[in-house]
Amino acid sequence: MQSYYEANARERLDGLLDPGTFREILPPVARTLSPHLQALDLPAAFDDGIVIGTAKLEGLAVLVAAQEGGFMGGAVGEVQGAKITGLLERARNAEVAGIVLLLETGGVRLQEANAGLIAVSEVIRAICATRVAGIPVIAAIGGQYGCFGGMGIAAACCTGIVMSEEGRLGLSGPEVIETAHGVEEFDSRDRALVWRTVGGKHRFLLGDCDVLVDDRIDAFRRAIAQALREGDRLDLDAVEREHALLQRRVDRFGGYDDGADIWRDLGFPDPENVPLLATDALVAISQRLRAA
Amino acid sequence: MEHLEYRFDGGRPATAGSAARIVGVVASGNLEVLIEPVPGDPACSIAIDTAAKGFGEIWQAVMADFFARHRLAGIRVSINDAGATPAIVALRLDQAIEEFTRKR
Amino acid sequence: MNAPMALPRVWNQRAQGRVRRLERVSARLGPRLAGKVVEADAVVALLEELIEPGDRVCIEGNNQKQADFLARALTSVDVARVHDLHIVQSVLALPEHLDVFERGIASRLDFSFSGPQSGRLAKLAGSGRLSIGAIHTYLELFGRYFIDLTPDVALVAAQAADRHGNLYTGPNTEDTPVIAEATAFKSGLVVAQVNELVDELPRIDIPSDWVGFVVRSPAPHYIEPLFTRDPAKISEIQVLMAMMAIKGIYAPYGVERLNHGIGFDTAAIELLLPTYAESLGLRGKICRHWALNPHPTLIPAIEAGFVESIHSFGSELGMEEYMRARPDVFFTGPDGSMRSNRAFCQTAGHYACDMFIGSTLQIDLCGNSSTATLGRIAGFGGAPNMGSDARGRRHATPAWLAAGREAHRGDRAPPRGRKLVVQMVETFREHMAPAFVERLDAWELAESANMALPPIMIYGSDVTHILTEEGIANLLLCRDDEEIEQAIRGIAGYTAVGLARDRRVVENLRDRGVIRRAEDLGIDKRDATRDLLAARSIKDLVRASGGLYQPPKRFRSW
Repeated sequence: MQSYYEANARERLDGLLDPGTFREILPPVARTLSPHLQALDLPAAFDDGIVIGTAKLEGLAVLVAAQEGGFMGGAVGEVQGAKITGLLERARNAEVAGIVLLLETGGVRLQEANAGLIAVSEVIRAICATRVAGIPVIAAIGGQYGCFGGMGIAAACCTGIVMSEEGRLGLSGPEVIETAHGVEEFDSRDRALVWRTVGGKHRFLLGDCDVLVDDRIDAFRRAIAQALREGDRLDLDAVEREHALLQRRVDRFGGYDDGADIWRDLGFPDPENVPLLATDALVAISQRLRAA
Repeated sequence: MEHLEYRFDGGRPATAGSAARIVGVVASGNLEVLIEPVPGDPACSIAIDTAAKGFGEIWQAVMADFFARHRLAGIRVSINDAGATPAIVALRLDQAIEEFTRKR
Repeated sequence: MNAPMALPRVWNQRAQGRVRRLERVSARLGPRLAGKVVEADAVVALLEELIEPGDRVCIEGNNQKQADFLARALTSVDVARVHDLHIVQSVLALPEHLDVFERGIASRLDFSFSGPQSGRLAKLAGSGRLSIGAIHTYLELFGRYFIDLTPDVALVAAQAADRHGNLYTGPNTEDTPVIAEATAFKSGLVVAQVNELVDELPRIDIPSDWVGFVVRSPAPHYIEPLFTRDPAKISEIQVLMAMMAIKGIYAPYGVERLNHGIGFDTAAIELLLPTYAESLGLRGKICRHWALNPHPTLIPAIEAGFVESIHSFGSELGMEEYMRARPDVFFTGPDGSMRSNRAFCQTAGHYACDMFIGSTLQIDLCGNSSTATLGRIAGFGGAPNMGSDARGRRHATPAWLAAGREAHRGDRAPPRGRKLVVQMVETFREHMAPAFVERLDAWELAESANMALPPIMIYGSDVTHILTEEGIANLLLCRDDEEIEQAIRGIAGYTAVGLARDRRVVENLRDRGVIRRAEDLGIDKRDATRDLLAARSIKDLVRASGGLYQPPKRFRSW
């Protein structure tokens, strides 16, 4: 199984991690099913849709979490959130090179209501606390469900993000935007538009994602390992730099309607061609053109 | 959700030291199958939680055929099903046994 | 003795009628008609003068291409002047095709397929707004165009016309030649809507002699991409069934000439040719010549050298540039673009192919299959043309003879060949609806819709093999109806039909090779994963085509 997009959570871990090094924490036999789903008479999963554990990646000791997008669209509920938060907390007491989060999620699991909201906000807080302790948290996004909602914020709080062009990163999902503001504002069925707005290539060019890779598990592996080796430093200066960068970005691009306008502004002579470029070609051209 | 349970006798015990394995995803039309060793238990026990209600006769037939294919005792098979067809159920069961019995 | 003088019979009434119609049109349109070219805003007036009450009118009405501007215009004619039309049309695809009945412009219908309009058609037929003459297959309807259902007026669609009225229909030629020829040579009138008027056409598909009027429509005519299947949606079960089809049927019979019915099941077979079939050493031995629309999922097999030629019923949006770059494979004009032809492709599918394989919704214990559902009158399309033994066939090929030998063992009749007709289904469809039933819904539909016969798509007596995830039943090797029933039950899985099998009989059938399961074919189910597909996404297909395939927007994320 080479494709990251096609693989399920366990298959991704299998391909990403050094063989034989993965030790699952709270495996399915622990039966940490969501009590909320059971109360609502909905199917639950033994691991509540997330696989967590310790492993090695290119020899680096890591703690890893992989969301199963197929289960409830990867939406985060109380148990899943607790597993991620617990993992992040464990990192501060362990000798690890970093945390790897394979994100594939629509955000908060609405069925769990407030418990889901709290779970996601605790994840965000834990990511920041872990980073402040000097431990990098690397997010990977490349699955069919993208990374949206509160978990989109969580991803943006990570040390770095690795994406493939198939991946999507955003806050409100395309359908939600269309429902709230009308199809004239955003046609969620215009897939090309969706990917120009939240897709991997656009996020990379905008600077939201640090590395763009092909849809291959081995490409994700290399990029994540590289990102881990770069370490992390989250302090007040870093936050203020980030804020300044975001302000410059809004100033420069805030008036545009479409991703293609931003690419043109960045200096791409044929913005319509950007979606057609192969990953390595895009990365090469963008060395001098990217926003960040 | 419907909860179903089955027990089959007459199998041969699973190899000692086999670790629990899981395959599949609880997505629409799919299911997850967890197989755990239960050393000393002479039966193969199966527990199913399924979103598709009223298909007990079919589950019975699928499980009976599954047991007849592998005849393993000392295992507990646990299933969370989100409306998979019998073809997918049988496929995942075979995949789970394959994972469970594979030498590592 | 003098017999009373009989009035002399007039032998050219139709030609005279044609002259009258043309005169009326000319008088009404005046300067809005220049030669054969009609201005777009004069189209309703044109139809009002051209068409007479009770006329037989053919609207194109194809599977993919629609003369939508003309269809819309027809719904706007004055019903006092144009009414009680008899519509002869292959496909009812647009709402306008039924609006003409709601408004009393038309009252009688002969057609072949109504997929998107099948529910509304059932309602209109039920309420008496429309009476159905008969439901045909494509080829039968085309045949009737030359017997007793010849159109008086035909409303067709073409890509381009020149000032003389020559038409270029390009890749989506589809039904146009057969409609235009029948109409033109019985003094009927062909009106063509075109996307553009040019000085010189790339090639002439319909000669101007056959065309009465040409109008440039305000927007290009509608074409539906019906034959694009996203490989991302193919399941592991479909991969397993595709492996069984290739190893259990294509290989042993040596199927070189074939048609695939549309569906994900057959798309899986197409995508397994460069991988699984290649690994079995089958390149050059199977799947060489096709009667098939240009399926994007066939691109990898073409690139891998499996496919030598394809003739098509119609085209497929996005495949134009790819076909232009592969003129050895597709039927290509001297201008470089493909030409399809539904009538000839259906003929090829019926007589010139050794095998048809397709999916269905329901199969009964005799192997009869139907896609009929209650509350919908969908018709047949072309499947029965392909999915039937061609008893008129005489030319021999190895596959046809091999199937014939199996079919006629122990027969006292003279030996003959047999077309392979394979029905491929998963035992359960969505929502656990069983594909195998004791009694087809077609019977109930026939009763409720007052049909002469239950609409059976493929008759069990024509079916040679049924393939499910549980195995292949070879009906040719069954000795009697009882064995056919048990062979079907033996692959009907856990449906009620399958659970009621006689296990001993099924075991015996398996011993004799009448039923073969994956293991019997030497197929390891663990190999049946999506990794075996030569392309797993639309993007993979684009890459396989070297960037030549341009999928329509709805299939792209770029």
